[in-house]
Amino acid sequence: MKRGNPVWVWTEQRNNRLMDVGVELLGKGLELSERLNVKLETILIGNQTGKLADELMAYGADTVYMIEDPRLQTYQSDVYANVLADLIREHSPDILLIGATNIGMDLAPRVASKVETGLTAHCVDLCIDEDNGIPYLAQVVPGWGGNLMVKIVCPEKRPQMATVRPGVLEKPARNEARKGEIIKVTPDIKDGDFKVKTIEMVEEKALGIPIEEADTVVAGGWGLFSAGGFKPVEELAEVLGAAVGGTRPAVDKEWISDDQMIGQSGKTINPKLFISVGASGAMHFTTGFLRSKVIMAIDQNPDAPIFKVSDIGLVGDLREILPYLIEELKNVV
Amino acid sequence: MSLDIVVCIKQVPDPEYFSKITIDPVKQTIRREGIPTIINPLDKHALEEGLKIKEKFSGKVTAVTMGPPSAREVLEEALALGIDDSVLLCDRAFAGADTLATAYPLASGIKKLGNFDLILCGNETVDGATGQVGPQLAELLGIPHVTFVNEIEWTNERDLIVKSTLERGYMKLQVTLPVLLSVVKEINEPRLPTVLGIMEATEKEIKFFNAKDIDVPEGTIGLAGSPTRVADVFEHKSKRKGEIIEGLPEDAVKRAVKRLRELKAI
Repeated sequence: MKRGNPVWVWTEQRNNRLMDVGVELLGKGLELSERLNVKLETILIGNQTGKLADELMAYGADTVYMIEDPRLQTYQSDVYANVLADLIREHSPDILLIGATNIGMDLAPRVASKVETGLTAHCVDLCIDEDNGIPYLAQVVPGWGGNLMVKIVCPEKRPQMATVRPGVLEKPARNEARKGEIIKVTPDIKDGDFKVKTIEMVEEKALGIPIEEADTVVAGGWGLFSAGGFKPVEELAEVLGAAVGGTRPAVDKEWISDDQMIGQSGKTINPKLFISVGASGAMHFTTGFLRSKVIMAIDQNPDAPIFKVSDIGLVGDLREILPYLIEELKNVV
Repeated sequence: MSLDIVVCIKQVPDPEYFSKITIDPVKQTIRREGIPTIINPLDKHALEEGLKIKEKFSGKVTAVTMGPPSAREVLEEALALGIDDSVLLCDRAFAGADTLATAYPLASGIKKLGNFDLILCGNETVDGATGQVGPQLAELLGIPHVTFVNEIEWTNERDLIVKSTLERGYMKLQVTLPVLLSVVKEINEPRLPTVLGIMEATEKEIKFFNAKDIDVPEGTIGLAGSPTRVADVFEHKSKRKGEIIEGLPEDAVKRAVKRLRELKAI
């Protein structure tokens, strides 16, 4: 019998499709709830979401709190936040995980503020630690300088809330045999509660291969500035049929667009091959590709932290190395 | 009819120097001595939008920040852009705040200023990058919020339709003032300060509010009022080999490519 305050995951749906990050969080949620011996429960807000609830149970949810209302089909910030906050007050979950999509990042802080608890943004790992025999959620985020990570805790307030970016956690295996319970909740929602009203949601197709879906990604950083610019990264990517990404400074230099940014405030990707060019390797960047299959880093500074997270480190002057590398790859690819 | 607009801004370390920032191993706080500071880049877009809206409807734009005494520099810069008034929330008791303990003094400070119709923020800062303070502040002020705003369309002086970007696509939202909007860089092109603006700025006052001045609820500020804490700082241990290939470029490249093939990466 599972006792104690449950682990919750808010699972976002858009146009009645589950967002991948919610499923990824269920995998982590299951691990945490088993460790605490409590239930894993999800909150699903939308309209006609029965099929999605079945899917959530197949991914590990013991309970799905289902809030269905035609007015809630699309994200509505005030009402979604009110519904979630009321459920928290009623059921006192110990942990609440929210996927850091643009909508999740809009919702999570509003809810945390309503129930006056702590919220840690963009965790790269979550686990249960103990303090004098009392378990708590350890929330890991990248730190400053070299390869440092920071462990954040929320010692007194509950729930312990954290957001995680899409792609950071692995998607769990689906098990159709898994059983769970659907609890339908019908909150009293008045039309006047929609102070902000979402009147339209438009989903657009990506131009080209999005970096999170590419098998090979070449990313550039600040070191390219003194080495004559970003062009060699694009040439290298072309030879490899790779997508192009980069660091925050590369975005600031307008070498790449926002949706090509990798790391803490950008995307987390897991390609088969990741090549970093001219990036020193701050944790804010490296946490965005740590689960790649093979990582190669190219930089002129042999002591750069980037080499500590790489399989292959190529050291030298970028202006000399890159033309050779492009030529060599043309011969073998 | 004129609008009272508040823009929340933050002084942040210049991202070009991020690799020089370290963590104090004992105090576990960020060591940023000697790191140049700037206005958080997205906050410049929030300031610009505030000024544009004032030009459209008339009104007053006030910049608010919380930080050490040196944070007055970002207010001076904001005043030079044409902001009317500015407030620095400054008290040792505010130090060590997480996002919720930052939102509380901001909310109390803004209430202390009097009426407000519109609060503008940058969607996130380059240092913390949480994007949390905006929505948390809106909740404490009891007004709705919209994040990732890249376009504002005014139906009239109170009603607006805003566009909020999604990963791929967007939402259109309808809202009536008062509201808090967190903006992204696509919303506008920030202006540069003019010589006249810089001269006029020296005439303008920067208000200083401490914790007592703003009547902030007890136990909500600073490190003590923060629900979250830094428990530990540790080194990330990578399982990867970190095999370094050096030497003459042509030869090193050949060896690196050979390794890539051995690992079946290409």
